[in-house]
Amino acid sequence: MTYEHFAILAIIAPLMTSFLVLLLGWFRKGLCYPLTLAALFVSLISSIGILDTVMAKGTIHYHVGAWAPPWGIEIVVDYLNGFMVVMLTFIAFVVAIYSKKSLEQEIPDKIVPYYSVFLLFVAGLIGITVTGDLFNVFVFLEIASLSGYALIAVGEDGAPLAAFRYVIMGTIGACFYYLGVGYLYSVTGSLNMADLSQILPNLYHNKTVLVAFALFTVGIALKMGVFPLHAWLPDGYTRAPSTSSAIIAPMATKVMAYLLVRIFFTLFKPYFAIDFIPVTQFLTWIAAAGIIAGSILAIAQTDLKRMLAYSSVANIGYILLGIGLANQMGLIGGLLHIVNHAFMKGTLFLVTGGIVYKMGMRDITQFRGLPKKMPFTMAAFTIAALSMVGVPPTCGFFSKIYLIMGAIDAKQWFFIAVILMSSLLNVVYFFRVVQMAFFKPYEPAYAHDGGDYEKIKMDEMPLSMLIPTLILAAGIILLGVFNGDIVSNAIQHAVPVDFLR
Amino acid sequence: MIITYEDIIIKTLTRVLAPFLQLYALYVLAHGHYSPGGGFQGGVILGASIILMVIAFGLDTARKRLTEKADIVLLCIGLLIYSGVGALCLALGGNFLDYSQLTKILPVTVAKARSLGILFVETGVALGVMAVMVSLFYDISTGGLPPER
Repeated sequence: MTYEHFAILAIIAPLMTSFLVLLLGWFRKGLCYPLTLAALFVSLISSIGILDTVMAKGTIHYHVGAWAPPWGIEIVVDYLNGFMVVMLTFIAFVVAIYSKKSLEQEIPDKIVPYYSVFLLFVAGLIGITVTGDLFNVFVFLEIASLSGYALIAVGEDGAPLAAFRYVIMGTIGACFYYLGVGYLYSVTGSLNMADLSQILPNLYHNKTVLVAFALFTVGIALKMGVFPLHAWLPDGYTRAPSTSSAIIAPMATKVMAYLLVRIFFTLFKPYFAIDFIPVTQFLTWIAAAGIIAGSILAIAQTDLKRMLAYSSVANIGYILLGIGLANQMGLIGGLLHIVNHAFMKGTLFLVTGGIVYKMGMRDITQFRGLPKKMPFTMAAFTIAALSMVGVPPTCGFFSKIYLIMGAIDAKQWFFIAVILMSSLLNVVYFFRVVQMAFFKPYEPAYAHDGGDYEKIKMDEMPLSMLIPTLILAAGIILLGVFNGDIVSNAIQHAVPVDFLR
Repeated sequence: MIITYEDIIIKTLTRVLAPFLQLYALYVLAHGHYSPGGGFQGGVILGASIILMVIAFGLDTARKRLTEKADIVLLCIGLLIYSGVGALCLALGGNFLDYSQLTKILPVTVAKARSLGILFVETGVALGVMAVMVSLFYDISTGGLPPER
């Protein structure tokens, strides 16, 4: 037994439990929650094992079915996806702990299939992240997307329509990706990423390869929710149940960002996307437009969940900017922001879920007096908000600093202005909530129990929801404090060696 | 909602066809790993035979034969057979889905073990595909409403 088996265990633990949950759930509903937790715990331990093995022994190559790579499916874990998997399984585990009470209130009669789909979604995302085979990516992409649509569609009124829009957009995205795989296969006859990256450099002038690259870029950008293609995202995040938003927002789009990095800088040699057809330069401008537009649209919202969704559009812009700058600092910033944003958005959506659970509303204008009622929840919100703005001890500051350093290295002064500008816009829309909640004088008209000032008692969300929220909030600060270790031990090795300094 | 209406030709034809359809499905399934066919195709034919029953005899009759609960149970069992074979290989000390490891528990050669391994997987796939097809058809024909209990 070698440690390499952890790579497959991280996928099959949630995958098999997903079927088991559906089977046993018919007979005993209460089994779903512990089974889900157990599967995700196994997955989390395995992913830590994966990262540990990668750091000790280098890249893991695992041959599924013991077939050798160019023919068989290979699972490859290096630094880049090693830390991604740990992040994914950790957030999935924390959100799963949180999910119980929230789901019992929001969708009491659909809990069994929900947990099954939830596990399938996590398994799909982990699969996309660890696999080293282009077609296998598509298979896991479909598993994750289809279960993602279902996770959104069980939400409140309007959720089926939002999910339907996501189905249309997501299918087009997956379809483009699939076409790209087909085009590459038609010219190279291989699906293995490592094999392809050896064959492709001789074919860079081939028009089929160029079309495949374009299809990959657009398809993944669609699934990732990059600014002009983000139309499915705000509705989907807003209408979904709290737990679904909290699992989809931090994970789905980030995995797509990872896939973009993988295709740009591993499948193709970095110089292809940077110099040969300068698509990274184009992406930086798209990213800058997304950062500003997402932030401005977020300011216009009064629904907290919708505001967070638009803020996601802006933050995907940051990640894309890091990828587009395509130098060492920029890409470190982008990759670090994938992790940071996952923690921040996770916290924010968990907080929103808690407010919905206790108060039944998420309209920002009704938040007066909320900190007195739910002090710990609002503390977690404030930490995440500070991090979104980029205040030093929190992690959001460090990814922005790396991005700014990357922009300086690339001599792109405009993007520094964009990052600073968007930080100010972040202040506007997050501190609007903080100000409304903490500093506006409390008026009895806004009290939901109809009482006056003295009657507000502390009424926190249940501990099973509060503790996961606080864990993620603490994670934001810890990621900030230990960001140097994370960058020097993991992320730095994920950046391609032949990158511009 | 699909309801019964009396048509002796359709009903008799369905009665005659159904066993042959299911036998053919098993044929396609059993030969799938070394000739055209396989678990997916076999499962589709198996599912089609049940959908034919729904069309000819009405939803209620069909649901008495194969309840939605049984359908979901079949689905899970099918998928668990698939992943279970893979996990069994893992437990026997090989890689995931490495069927050659099955020689440790079956008295056969490595080549035969691989052949049997894929047959187990195909069986699981067939059950899964059949159950999903029937489940989708039930859902569409009831308009997504929960079954009356």
